[in-house]
Amino acid sequence: MEFYDIIFYLFALITIGSAFVVVTSRNIVYAAFSLLFTFFGVAGIYVLLGADFLAIVQIMVYVGGILILLLFGVMLTNKITSVEIRTGTVHLLPAAIGIGILFGAIISVMLWTNWNISPEPIPPSTTANIGRELITNYVLIFELLGMLLLIALIGAASIARRDKE
Amino acid sequence: MLSIPIEYYLILSAFMFIVGVTGVLIRRNAIVVFMCIELMLNAANLSLVAFSSYHGNPVGQIFVFFVMTVAAAEATVGLAIIIAIFRNKLTVNVDEINIFKW
Repeated sequence: MEFYDIIFYLFALITIGSAFVVVTSRNIVYAAFSLLFTFFGVAGIYVLLGADFLAIVQIMVYVGGILILLLFGVMLTNKITSVEIRTGTVHLLPAAIGIGILFGAIISVMLWTNWNISPEPIPPSTTANIGRELITNYVLIFELLGMLLLIALIGAASIARRDKE
Repeated sequence: MLSIPIEYYLILSAFMFIVGVTGVLIRRNAIVVFMCIELMLNAANLSLVAFSSYHGNPVGQIFVFFVMTVAAAEATVGLAIIIAIFRNKLTVNVDEINIFKW
Protein backbone atom coordinates (compact mmCIF):
# COMPACT_ATOMS: atom_id res chain seq x y z
CA MET A 1 0.00 0.00 0.00
CA GLU A 2 2.62 2.51 -1.05
CA PHE A 3 0.01 4.81 -2.61
CA TYR A 4 -1.72 5.65 0.68
CA ASP A 5 1.62 6.58 2.24
CA ILE A 6 2.40 9.10 -0.49
CA ILE A 7 -1.07 10.68 -0.23
CA PHE A 8 -0.77 10.86 3.55
CA TYR A 9 2.64 12.54 3.49
CA LEU A 10 1.46 14.98 0.82
CA PHE A 11 -1.58 16.09 2.80
CA ALA A 12 0.39 16.16 6.06
CA LEU A 13 2.99 18.39 4.42
CA ILE A 14 0.31 20.76 3.08
CA THR A 15 -1.39 20.92 6.47
CA ILE A 16 1.69 21.51 8.60
CA GLY A 17 3.36 23.87 6.13
CA SER A 18 0.37 26.14 5.73
CA ALA A 19 -0.26 26.03 9.50
CA PHE A 20 3.28 27.38 9.96
CA VAL A 21 2.52 30.14 7.47
CA VAL A 22 -0.62 31.05 9.45
CA VAL A 23 1.45 31.57 12.57
CA THR A 24 4.51 33.24 11.08
CA SER A 25 3.06 35.41 8.30
CA ARG A 26 3.12 39.12 9.02
CA ASN A 27 0.24 39.87 6.65
CA ILE A 28 -3.14 38.78 8.02
CA VAL A 29 -4.63 38.18 4.58
CA TYR A 30 -1.82 35.74 3.76
CA ALA A 31 -2.46 34.00 7.08
CA ALA A 32 -6.17 33.66 6.26
CA PHE A 33 -5.43 32.21 2.82
CA SER A 34 -2.95 29.68 4.15
CA LEU A 35 -5.58 28.67 6.69
CA LEU A 36 -7.61 27.70 3.61
CA PHE A 37 -4.89 25.22 2.59
CA THR A 38 -4.74 23.86 6.14
CA PHE A 39 -8.47 23.16 6.09
CA PHE A 40 -8.22 21.49 2.67
CA GLY A 41 -5.32 19.34 3.88
CA VAL A 42 -7.30 18.21 6.92
CA ALA A 43 -10.26 17.43 4.65
CA GLY A 44 -7.98 15.29 2.49
CA ILE A 45 -6.79 13.36 5.52
CA TYR A 46 -10.43 12.81 6.52
CA VAL A 47 -11.02 11.23 3.10
CA LEU A 48 -7.95 9.07 3.63
CA LEU A 49 -9.39 7.93 6.96
CA GLY A 50 -12.70 6.96 5.33
CA ALA A 51 -14.70 9.86 6.80
CA ASP A 52 -16.21 11.15 3.55
CA PHE A 53 -19.16 12.95 5.16
CA LEU A 54 -16.88 14.83 7.55
CA ALA A 55 -14.57 15.85 4.71
CA ILE A 56 -17.47 17.51 2.90
CA VAL A 57 -18.70 19.10 6.13
CA GLN A 58 -15.17 20.35 6.82
CA ILE A 59 -14.98 22.06 3.45
CA MET A 60 -18.50 23.49 3.67
CA VAL A 61 -18.38 24.72 7.27
CA TYR A 62 -14.75 25.75 7.64
CA VAL A 63 -13.87 26.96 4.16
CA GLY A 64 -17.32 28.18 3.20
CA GLY A 65 -18.32 29.63 6.55
CA ILE A 66 -15.65 30.25 9.15
CA LEU A 67 -12.90 31.32 6.76
CA ILE A 68 -15.17 33.78 4.94
CA LEU A 69 -16.22 35.12 8.34
CA LEU A 70 -12.55 35.52 9.32
CA LEU A 71 -11.83 37.39 6.09
CA PHE A 72 -14.76 39.69 6.84
CA GLY A 73 -13.23 40.23 10.28
CA VAL A 74 -9.86 41.11 8.71
CA MET A 75 -11.48 43.55 6.31
CA LEU A 76 -13.62 45.17 9.01
CA THR A 77 -10.93 45.58 11.65
CA ASN A 78 -8.08 46.87 9.47
CA LYS A 79 -8.42 50.02 7.50
CA ILE A 80 -7.59 48.95 3.96
CA THR A 81 -5.95 52.28 3.23
CA SER A 82 -3.49 52.05 6.09
CA VAL A 83 -0.55 49.73 5.48
CA GLU A 84 -0.28 48.82 9.14
CA ILE A 85 -1.40 45.18 8.99
CA ARG A 86 1.79 43.74 10.46
CA THR A 87 1.87 42.27 13.93
CA GLY A 88 4.91 41.82 16.09
CA THR A 89 5.99 38.61 17.74
CA VAL A 90 6.87 38.99 21.39
CA HIS A 91 7.47 36.84 24.50
CA LEU A 92 9.45 34.25 22.54
CA LEU A 93 11.41 32.62 25.35
CA PRO A 94 8.55 31.80 27.79
CA ALA A 95 6.43 30.68 24.85
CA ALA A 96 9.21 28.36 23.64
CA ILE A 97 9.62 26.77 27.09
CA GLY A 98 5.88 26.19 27.53
CA ILE A 99 5.45 24.83 24.02
CA GLY A 100 8.41 22.49 24.41
CA ILE A 101 7.03 20.98 27.61
CA LEU A 102 3.54 20.60 26.12
CA PHE A 103 4.87 19.06 22.90
CA GLY A 104 7.03 16.56 24.77
CA ALA A 105 4.11 15.56 26.99
CA ILE A 106 1.67 15.04 24.08
CA ILE A 107 4.14 13.12 21.90
CA SER A 108 5.33 10.85 24.71
CA VAL A 109 1.75 9.98 25.69
CA MET A 110 0.86 9.25 22.06
CA LEU A 111 3.89 7.03 21.44
CA TRP A 112 3.92 5.07 24.68
CA THR A 113 0.24 4.17 24.83
CA ASN A 114 -1.01 0.89 23.41
CA TRP A 115 -3.97 2.04 21.36
CA ASN A 116 -6.89 -0.36 21.15
CA ILE A 117 -7.21 -0.84 17.39
CA SER A 118 -9.93 -2.88 15.80
CA PRO A 119 -8.71 -5.07 12.90
CA GLU A 120 -11.68 -4.50 10.61
CA PRO A 121 -12.00 -1.08 8.95
CA ILE A 122 -15.18 0.95 9.01
CA PRO A 123 -17.67 0.59 6.11
CA PRO A 124 -16.77 2.53 2.95
CA SER A 125 -19.52 5.12 3.31
CA THR A 126 -20.20 6.44 6.79
CA THR A 127 -22.95 8.91 5.86
CA ALA A 128 -25.85 6.47 6.37
CA ASN A 129 -24.53 5.39 9.77
CA ILE A 130 -24.00 8.96 10.93
CA GLY A 131 -27.49 9.98 9.82
CA ARG A 132 -29.08 7.03 11.57
CA GLU A 133 -27.20 7.72 14.81
CA LEU A 134 -28.07 11.43 14.67
CA ILE A 135 -31.82 10.83 14.60
CA THR A 136 -31.88 7.93 17.07
CA ASN A 137 -29.28 7.91 19.84
CA TYR A 138 -28.05 11.48 19.61
CA VAL A 139 -31.25 13.30 18.66
CA LEU A 140 -31.32 15.35 21.89
CA ILE A 141 -27.79 16.70 21.39
CA PHE A 142 -28.63 17.35 17.75
CA GLU A 143 -31.62 19.51 18.71
CA LEU A 144 -29.62 21.26 21.43
CA LEU A 145 -26.97 22.15 18.87
CA GLY A 146 -29.63 23.67 16.63
CA MET A 147 -30.72 25.78 19.61
CA LEU A 148 -27.09 26.73 20.31
CA LEU A 149 -26.60 27.89 16.74
CA LEU A 150 -29.75 30.01 16.93
CA ILE A 151 -28.57 31.60 20.19
CA ALA A 152 -25.11 32.25 18.73
CA LEU A 153 -26.68 33.87 15.66
CA ILE A 154 -28.87 36.21 17.72
CA GLY A 155 -26.05 36.98 20.15
CA ALA A 156 -23.53 37.77 17.40
CA ALA A 157 -26.01 40.03 15.61
CA SER A 158 -26.84 41.94 18.78
CA ILE A 159 -23.17 42.31 19.84
CA ALA A 160 -21.92 43.49 16.46
CA ARG A 161 -24.87 45.79 15.78
CA ARG A 162 -24.13 49.49 15.75
CA ASP A 163 -26.14 51.30 18.40
CA LYS A 164 -28.36 54.10 17.18
CA GLU A 165 -27.37 57.39 18.72
CA MET B 1 -5.94 3.16 5.07
CA LEU B 2 -4.74 0.82 7.80
CA SER B 3 -1.27 0.49 6.31
CA ILE B 4 -0.26 3.67 8.14
CA PRO B 5 -0.01 3.27 11.91
CA ILE B 6 -2.40 5.39 13.95
CA GLU B 7 0.54 7.12 15.65
CA TYR B 8 1.31 8.99 12.41
CA TYR B 9 -2.10 10.63 12.41
CA LEU B 10 -1.78 11.41 16.11
CA ILE B 11 1.65 13.00 15.65
CA LEU B 12 0.30 15.10 12.77
CA SER B 13 -2.54 16.20 15.03
CA ALA B 14 -0.06 17.00 17.82
CA PHE B 15 2.01 19.11 15.42
CA MET B 16 -1.07 21.07 14.33
CA PHE B 17 -2.10 21.60 17.95
CA ILE B 18 1.37 22.83 18.92
CA VAL B 19 1.47 25.22 15.96
CA GLY B 20 -1.91 26.58 17.12
CA VAL B 21 -0.68 26.99 20.71
CA THR B 22 2.45 28.76 19.43
CA GLY B 23 0.33 31.20 17.46
CA VAL B 24 -1.91 31.98 20.42
CA LEU B 25 1.16 32.61 22.60
CA ILE B 26 3.29 34.74 20.30
CA ARG B 27 0.86 36.65 18.06
CA ARG B 28 -0.76 39.84 19.26
CA ASN B 29 -3.47 40.34 16.63
CA ALA B 30 -6.83 39.08 17.87
CA ILE B 31 -7.85 37.75 14.44
CA VAL B 32 -4.66 35.67 14.09
CA VAL B 33 -5.19 34.34 17.62
CA PHE B 34 -8.64 33.35 16.42
CA MET B 35 -7.24 31.49 13.41
CA CYS B 36 -4.88 29.61 15.71
CA ILE B 37 -7.81 28.54 17.89
CA GLU B 38 -9.42 27.11 14.75
CA LEU B 39 -6.15 25.25 14.08
CA MET B 40 -6.28 23.68 17.53
CA LEU B 41 -9.93 22.64 17.07
CA ASN B 42 -8.99 21.06 13.74
CA ALA B 43 -6.14 19.16 15.37
CA ALA B 44 -8.47 17.74 18.02
CA ASN B 45 -10.97 16.78 15.30
CA LEU B 46 -8.23 15.04 13.35
CA SER B 47 -7.25 12.82 16.24
CA LEU B 48 -10.93 12.03 16.94
CA VAL B 49 -11.48 10.96 13.32
CA ALA B 50 -8.33 8.85 13.44
CA PHE B 51 -9.49 7.05 16.58
CA SER B 52 -12.99 6.55 15.14
CA SER B 53 -11.61 5.16 11.91
CA TYR B 54 -9.09 2.80 13.50
CA HIS B 55 -11.62 1.63 16.05
CA GLY B 56 -14.16 0.73 13.38
CA ASN B 57 -16.84 2.85 15.06
CA PRO B 58 -18.49 5.79 13.25
CA VAL B 59 -19.86 7.31 16.48
CA GLY B 60 -16.61 9.23 16.93
CA GLN B 61 -17.35 11.09 13.72
CA ILE B 62 -20.66 12.30 15.16
CA PHE B 63 -18.67 13.88 17.98
CA VAL B 64 -16.50 15.63 15.40
CA PHE B 65 -19.67 16.92 13.75
CA PHE B 66 -20.78 18.39 17.09
CA VAL B 67 -17.34 19.96 17.64
CA MET B 68 -17.58 21.61 14.22
CA THR B 69 -21.00 23.05 15.08
CA VAL B 70 -19.71 24.51 18.33
CA ALA B 71 -16.66 25.87 16.45
CA ALA B 72 -18.96 27.65 14.02
CA ALA B 73 -20.94 29.20 16.89
CA GLU B 74 -17.68 30.21 18.58
CA ALA B 75 -16.40 31.82 15.39
CA THR B 76 -19.51 33.96 14.94
CA VAL B 77 -19.68 35.21 18.52
CA GLY B 78 -15.92 35.73 18.78
CA LEU B 79 -15.75 37.78 15.61
CA ALA B 80 -18.73 39.85 16.74
CA ILE B 81 -16.88 40.58 20.00
CA ILE B 82 -13.69 41.50 18.11
CA ILE B 83 -15.63 43.87 15.85
CA ALA B 84 -17.35 45.46 18.85
CA ILE B 85 -13.96 45.96 20.55
CA PHE B 86 -12.51 47.42 17.35
CA ARG B 87 -15.38 49.89 17.16
CA ASN B 88 -14.65 51.15 20.69
CA LYS B 89 -10.83 51.01 20.84
CA LEU B 90 -9.91 51.18 17.11
CA THR B 91 -7.41 48.33 17.56
CA VAL B 92 -7.39 44.53 17.65
CA ASN B 93 -3.96 44.27 19.26
CA VAL B 94 -4.51 42.21 22.40
CA ASP B 95 -1.72 44.09 24.21
CA GLU B 96 -3.56 47.38 23.90
CA ILE B 97 -6.91 46.02 25.10
CA ASN B 98 -6.08 46.42 28.78
CA ILE B 99 -8.88 48.52 30.27
CA PHE B 100 -9.18 46.10 33.20
CA LYS B 101 -5.55 46.72 34.14
CA TRP B 102 -4.49 49.60 36.38
